[in-house]
Amino acid sequence: MHEMTTSLALAGELLARGDSQLLAIVLLSLRVSLSATLLACLIGLPLGALLAVGRFPGRRTLIVLTNGLMGLPPVVVGLLVYLLLSRAGPFGQFGLLFTPAAMVIAQTILIVPIVAALARQVIEDAWREYREQLRSLGASRIRSARTLLWDGRFSLTTAGLAGFGRAVAEVGAVMIVGGNIDGVTRVMTTTIALETSKGDLPLALALGLILISVVLLINIAAFLLRQWAERRWG
Amino acid sequence: MSWLQLDKLELTEGDIRIIDAITLKVGAGRTVILGPNGAGKSTLLRLMHGLLRPSAGKVLWPQALTQGMVFQRPVMLRTTVLANVAYGLTLQGIGTEERRQRALSALARVGLADFAARPARRLSGGEQQRVALARVWALEPQVLFLDEPTASLDPASSREVERIIREIAGTGTRIVMTTHNLGQARRIAEEVIYLEAGRMLEQSPATTFFKQPQTAAARCFLQEEIP
Repeated sequence: MHEMTTSLALAGELLARGDSQLLAIVLLSLRVSLSATLLACLIGLPLGALLAVGRFPGRRTLIVLTNGLMGLPPVVVGLLVYLLLSRAGPFGQFGLLFTPAAMVIAQTILIVPIVAALARQVIEDAWREYREQLRSLGASRIRSARTLLWDGRFSLTTAGLAGFGRAVAEVGAVMIVGGNIDGVTRVMTTTIALETSKGDLPLALALGLILISVVLLINIAAFLLRQWAERRWG
Repeated sequence: MSWLQLDKLELTEGDIRIIDAITLKVGAGRTVILGPNGAGKSTLLRLMHGLLRPSAGKVLWPQALTQGMVFQRPVMLRTTVLANVAYGLTLQGIGTEERRQRALSALARVGLADFAARPARRLSGGEQQRVALARVWALEPQVLFLDEPTASLDPASSREVERIIREIAGTGTRIVMTTHNLGQARRIAEEVIYLEAGRMLEQSPATTFFKQPQTAAARCFLQEEIP
């Protein structure tokens, strides 16, 4: 219990001081995970919509696959991306390993299935309601998918948030492909892991509290936005 | 001159015959499909419109006619009333300015000109149904199918929707609708198709049907329903 209060005090102190090193770590975390979320949404939302309204061979297999891949172990994704980006790997020439870009790639792969699977669920429910009307008006399936994505934009924030939550909280993938290099690829989770293993529990806990607060704040903002939107648009 | 022909049309689901060997010709400008719940009225409408594929038989259009449909529950997109009405025009590839003009004029015709900028989903059920009518009217279809368009509306909204339907029919659009409101059927129908258990029992001019139904089933139906 004593450690909790100490770390709370430390967290407050670090934040109040605006510790530049801490700030850099928090900002890098956000930059990497928000970029990954954006990319994952660009891929996962259309993919989810097509899985919901599309009719093509292998659709059911893909649905099961995206559902299953929601539970991808971050370390395995990290290892995979590591192999792809390492000097001997197929994309080794780009020299991306141990850079934030590699971390973005790994987290994107990790959360695309989450975004796609949740989007599919949302769009499929809407499709049931809209299907006949859209067909009657002459909308193709692709067009319907686009319409439903736009129409479900507020509900789909949940899919993006789930992806972001997963990305910002994972440690395995960024640790492997980023390397936890101080000032370059060190993010909140890898710092927490490092400080814990060094025995600096208060700092680790302080960072943990900041991490939770960041996730909470973003979720509150999204919740308020969604509530406003629902009141406005029904 | 019939503009729509059904030839031994059938729809089965498992062992159940939802539509059972219906052969008919539609030639009237305003046709109303009547029958008890579960008779297959909505299903028949969907087969005609092409939303459902028949298990057997054919839906024949002697000449290609543009079609639209209005459903019992209007589906509104999460955007403005105007954008909802313009949506169908967008799908037809009509340019921005013409789209806007046609959507606004359709809204004016259903009496919702002042609602253009409002979020469509926040409207009452009756207003939403009028937006749905404006959306389909803006497309100026040659045939309009209506599936119980007033079933979930209060009497005032019902009357307004009925007025709009008659006005659309007045512009030369052929109407095929289902309804549970016999008064409405009397006011709108030129011809009545009577269904029961997926079979067509009667097709007659409206005046004949309401005065002297040809089948015992239709007589019974007319007596039991509240006019």
